[in-house]
Amino acid sequence: MEDIKAKVRAYIMDNFIMGGNAGQFKDADSFMAQHVIDSTGFLELVTFLEETYVFEVQDDEMVPENLDSLDNIDAYVRRKLVA
Amino acid sequence: MNGSATLNPDVLALDCAAEVERITRWMIDAVAQQLHKRGLVIALSGGVDSSVCGALAVRALGPKKVFGLLLPEHDSSSSSATLGAQVAEQFGIAYRTEHIGATLEAIGCYRWRDDAIRAVFPAYGDGWKSKIAIAGGAEGRVNFFKLVVQSPAGDISEKRLPIREYLQIVAATNFKQRVRKTVEYFHADRLNYAVIGTPNRLEYDQGFFVKNGDGAADLKPIAHLYKTQVYALARHLELPDAVCTAMPTTDTYSMQQGQDEFYFALPYDQMDLALWAHNHEVPAAELARCLGIDDARAAFIYADISAKRRATQYLHARPLLVEAVTELAV
Repeated sequence: MEDIKAKVRAYIMDNFIMGGNAGQFKDADSFMAQHVIDSTGFLELVTFLEETYVFEVQDDEMVPENLDSLDNIDAYVRRKLVA
Repeated sequence: MNGSATLNPDVLALDCAAEVERITRWMIDAVAQQLHKRGLVIALSGGVDSSVCGALAVRALGPKKVFGLLLPEHDSSSSSATLGAQVAEQFGIAYRTEHIGATLEAIGCYRWRDDAIRAVFPAYGDGWKSKIAIAGGAEGRVNFFKLVVQSPAGDISEKRLPIREYLQIVAATNFKQRVRKTVEYFHADRLNYAVIGTPNRLEYDQGFFVKNGDGAADLKPIAHLYKTQVYALARHLELPDAVCTAMPTTDTYSMQQGQDEFYFALPYDQMDLALWAHNHEVPAAELARCLGIDDARAAFIYADISAKRRATQYLHARPLLVEAVTELAV
């Protein structure tokens, strides 16, 4: 399976950070706590995941445990792709 | 709060007479000494915020120096113009009704909105109604928005809004607030008046306004007051019963929509308490007890308040400059 974290990190860097100074976040860092992504940003991230990995994010899956760090997203996407 | 006090609705109690005196003195100084204008323009929606602001303006400057505007559009409830006119008549002010529906049509407001709705519900068309409802944050999930539509037969459907359609619908409906403000400033310019903005504290704090729409104003006389306190002032100022008892709506979408559905986690009276408690560093457990919710939900509500402040900070910001122009006292 491709490197999900690398792909999502690249998306976040391009879409939200744009080469600015706030780009250093670790795989386990909370996007909310580090203010990397705001509420509208999470909706953009969801659309990115749906279009990239061709699955539907259900309403009850829109939780920090699935979306709020690269580690969480990696685990969530792998579960969705296997399901 | 000290250790022996408990959170309760009385924390929002207001000395209405004293507050009216404070605001009206401030308004006189603001208009005459700071803004150097001759009077005030107030757009009246029939809602409690604009009605209280209008009443305060008349108390401060007298009816001859306040000009009212009723600005309905195709989706406005019929009661808003009726109530707005009733309030203007009670104040004894000059006022004018300007229907902005044709302007909104010409600028594409309804078309852009309906195109985005049809991307989600292809059957949406004439005779259908719609609204947006917020979900997620108060339950600890990521905030998202649902599109709710009602067919002419009355059948209701809802789906989560994808980001592009959400942004397009909000951008299109933002035309309403921005066109209204354009009309307000036209009349302010021709009369050499200042424009009142009418957000209450909850709306102002949580970014519930449109940049350069209802967020634009020369003065905002109730931005420091919780909605509960605005209702108290409305009763004190003897505004019509229908104004004093109406629940806050957005009056923006064709389906009736409460502000709590659209944006806030709770009904306004509970949201006021939550915001007050957050501002006074009341533990989440105490808020939970007061509102009759569990501790986890109270914590999510606090987190949601902070998140909305951060996300909407840009709505309050002045334009960014490469370097300050220090000769200006702004």
